[in-house]
Amino acid sequence: MKLNELTAHEILTLIKAKKTSADEIYDAVLGRIDQCDKDVRAYVRLRGAQMDSDGANGNASQPLPIAIKDNICIRDVETTCCSRILTGFKPPYDATIIAKLKNAGVPIAGQTNMDEFAFGSSTENSCHGPTRNPWNLACVPGGSSGGSAAAVAAHEAIWAIGSDTGGSIRQPASFCGVVGLKPTYGRVSRYGLIAFASSLDQIGPITKDVTDAAILLNIIAGYDPKDSTSVDLPVPDYTRALINDVKGLTIGIPKEYFVEGIDPEVNAAMMSSIEVLKKCGALFKEVSLPHTEYAVATYYLVATAEASSNLARYDGVQYGLRLQPSQVRKTALMDMYEETRDIGFGREAKRRIMLGTYALSSGYYDDYYLRGLKVRTLIKNDFDQVFTQCDAILTPTAPTTAFKIGEKTNDPLAMYLSDIYTISVNLSGVPAVSVPCGFSREGLPIGLQIITKPFDEETLFRLAYTYEQNTDWHKRKAELKTYAKVK
Amino acid sequence: MISEKDVRYIAGLSRIHLRDEEIESLTKDLENILHYVKKLEKLDIAHVNPTSHVLPLKNVYREDTITPSLQQSEALRISGETSKGSFKVPKVIE
Amino acid sequence: MHPASHPEYETVIGLEVHLQLKTQSKIFCGCANVFGEPPNSLTCPVCLGLPGTLPVLNKKVLHYAVKIALALRCSVNPYIKFDRKNYYYPDLPKGYQISQHDLPIANHGYLEIPDGNGNFRKIQIRRAHLEEDAGKLIHDAHVNHSLVDYNRTGTPLMEIVTEPDLRSPQEAYDYLQILKLNLQYLNVSDCDMEKGSLRCDANISLRKKGTTALGTKAELKNMNSFKAVKTALEYEVTRQLKILQAGERVIQETRLWNEEKGATFAMRSKEEAHDYRYFPEPDLVPFMIEEKTIAEIQRSIPELPAAKFERFMKDYGLCEYDARIIIQDQDSAHFFEQCAKLYADTKKICNWIIGPVQQELNAHKTGIKTSFLQPAALITLMTKVDDGTLNNLTAKDVLKCVMDSGKHPDEVIHEKGLAQGTDDSTLETLIEEVIQENTKVVTQVKEGKDSAIGFLVGQTMRKTQGKANPKKIGEIIKRRLLNG
Repeated sequence: MKLNELTAHEILTLIKAKKTSADEIYDAVLGRIDQCDKDVRAYVRLRGAQMDSDGANGNASQPLPIAIKDNICIRDVETTCCSRILTGFKPPYDATIIAKLKNAGVPIAGQTNMDEFAFGSSTENSCHGPTRNPWNLACVPGGSSGGSAAAVAAHEAIWAIGSDTGGSIRQPASFCGVVGLKPTYGRVSRYGLIAFASSLDQIGPITKDVTDAAILLNIIAGYDPKDSTSVDLPVPDYTRALINDVKGLTIGIPKEYFVEGIDPEVNAAMMSSIEVLKKCGALFKEVSLPHTEYAVATYYLVATAEASSNLARYDGVQYGLRLQPSQVRKTALMDMYEETRDIGFGREAKRRIMLGTYALSSGYYDDYYLRGLKVRTLIKNDFDQVFTQCDAILTPTAPTTAFKIGEKTNDPLAMYLSDIYTISVNLSGVPAVSVPCGFSREGLPIGLQIITKPFDEETLFRLAYTYEQNTDWHKRKAELKTYAKVK
Repeated sequence: MISEKDVRYIAGLSRIHLRDEEIESLTKDLENILHYVKKLEKLDIAHVNPTSHVLPLKNVYREDTITPSLQQSEALRISGETSKGSFKVPKVIE
Repeated sequence: MHPASHPEYETVIGLEVHLQLKTQSKIFCGCANVFGEPPNSLTCPVCLGLPGTLPVLNKKVLHYAVKIALALRCSVNPYIKFDRKNYYYPDLPKGYQISQHDLPIANHGYLEIPDGNGNFRKIQIRRAHLEEDAGKLIHDAHVNHSLVDYNRTGTPLMEIVTEPDLRSPQEAYDYLQILKLNLQYLNVSDCDMEKGSLRCDANISLRKKGTTALGTKAELKNMNSFKAVKTALEYEVTRQLKILQAGERVIQETRLWNEEKGATFAMRSKEEAHDYRYFPEPDLVPFMIEEKTIAEIQRSIPELPAAKFERFMKDYGLCEYDARIIIQDQDSAHFFEQCAKLYADTKKICNWIIGPVQQELNAHKTGIKTSFLQPAALITLMTKVDDGTLNNLTAKDVLKCVMDSGKHPDEVIHEKGLAQGTDDSTLETLIEEVIQENTKVVTQVKEGKDSAIGFLVGQTMRKTQGKANPKKIGEIIKRRLLNG
């Protein structure tokens, strides 16, 4: 196997045994990017040879090139959320997790493609065009962290960082056959993450296997005094939770997630996975999350409202794009705002801003935004209830496998519904991970989602690791070919 | 449920100029979404408290100490339109 | 007739004051909270509102806010949160201001102002809340752009809103003066309208006397001093009266005060009704203010002006006029009390502090606390005038030296030789000389002509190069010539 195809922990073992060097690793990764990113288009900006100097003092103790989603601020490096409106913006500071990665000596390979401002589930809303799924280049990689997931699946990075507001780490991980973890809200600092929905956003690892996710979470997790919503709890060593043993753990299967209409292959993969875990000693019971059907609606009120406010600062005044129409419409200032934001934002961004503004506007606040916040309480209570009876919840990550590029772009609502299994998790703030659990007949990955209670990432790792140790989905390699999609 | 007039008003509030061609499709999209979210009306939320923060965190502060600011040049560097140490914008009439 | 006391109409005024709190650092970031630095040199990614940044509340800001609320007799809310107020303006980098909407720091307080009849009247305070300040726009009439300086963004502000309880521009002025004095006592804000640490907007309407419904109000902005607030309100009363008396309606609008023209003008840009779309700030968690914290802060509040005023009149026998002046500066009031422990005539102490001492302080551009003058030193001076060692003129001279140099009065007196030739025996000798030299005048004195004494005093003063105490000289002459 080539160096870039190894996991982070495998490379660390080689480094320790002095069987490889940082340069060899960088060459392998850069070579792979050179070879295939023109097809996958996972990256929007590469550090190239410069990545070596990113590590603190050239510390090459963990020379594991990482891909960073383009919505996380890197000092003096253009960071744009794949939106035209942030063209040329170079933050004068590092996000906290970037500082942590630099301190840990992890070099940044480049910045990855995403749906503009994380608005999307397919990475088709990027101003650079979509990333392609390494398992079938005619398909989407999922979104909004599609670039990060594809980079890992295509071995163009050893590991990656994404962000998750409604499923944006887990769903692309599922579509790309890799591991994607959304930590408990408040576990990882949001300082430097360009905000979509402040009460839902979390940064998390996207990796080739569960062990790598634990190593990466160890690096990025922890209290940050710059983030009032980060939690001052000690970070355990998550690698100690990598135990191949789930005897006695109770896992809930929410009946609302397995209703009529679920893709039969996804359903079949779920059932097989349950059997695997049963064989390992886990106990299963049926549970209910009765407000599941209201999650998407709630999300599209609460998240868009916060987003409409978070994106108000993109106005052409201080940084990024600034435009003026050729003829004066209202006043020069008003025109600048309106023209910049018209040309700078893509269609989905505009849709969400408008929806969010509407939900907060005078006369509608109670019926929309406030109602959304109240239903959120009900959804959160559902999870609290279930966790009094179970250690974890198991669900599919996504209702389908990766769909074709262009298939859902004309139907925003259909696109929103692809987040149906992941959204409730963000609304409740609980942690969840997606691990590969099978393939469709067409060779597209299927993902298994495990959810645990707040700050219990250890149980998450234990279950995910056990599952992984008893299967070998994570060992399969994407061919980077294009196939005509049958379904 | 939502008219083109509403859409124009919201676009104004959002400081986004919409071209005439966009208004119709945007109205339709928003109409569909708002129709979908109507399902929330089925729930009885009269006695439910809203959740703005999922964590029971309270009283997160910082001490009143000074930390270094950016240099003027660093602050201005993010912009292409500056003058006399300030950010330049189209004339604001008051 | 003064418009405020029109027979038919009543003036109804409410004030919104924005105070900059003088913490060391800004409300949500660690940038220094100072005024007057080069543009955009006191900013950081947080107060610039750069993408990805997050606010963290300065604990001191909350402390000061509670202090102010308690001093204004408000009920402090035990559970508070912040909200976003969304609107677009170049001086507002995030496109929203972090403020407080429905759960502000405080509600239902009051401030007492004189009612014109020797008593006090309560002006209700509806609410007080915290928010962050915006940047500053610099306009230049001659160019086609405006400039923005973000140094001021993130400065902690406390907004204090009254009920429309004020009934005249004078009352509005009094309210501001008293509010300022109270806040200065708390040492939480400089309250300087010129430097912008206190800003005031006013709402004013008129209504027929005897009615309770509020008339249509105008909101006044852009007043840069307390006096301007009063003048602008006076102008408005006249303007609105004219409209109402003509049978027309006052338009609800925002009007800017133009100091040069002495008038208010409706804002040029057509104001859209702002839909601020308030919602709870997701980046800040709520705050619970414990009873014991409130009690602690309550204990830290010094005696406030109104109480000090009453006490000074009662305990020190000061008249209203003197008491009012001496309490205008907390440090001077404290100095006065220290002096009063050492000297009985409190009116004299007051006169010295308000008069010569204040003159010197003005010249040095300093406050009494940071000056060289100690209470004991002032009392020494006053005692020396009493015993004749110094007269009022020489005492003032000594005072000046003491405050210039920090030396003790005795040292200055010695250096300047001011005590020489002013002791009793020296004076008696000199008076004998004067009597010998002015026999005609002496006869006049013996005949009962009082003014002749003055002449002899003058002559004696000359012999002492003006150093002696004329009162004392007069006494000695009288004793010598009239008592045998």
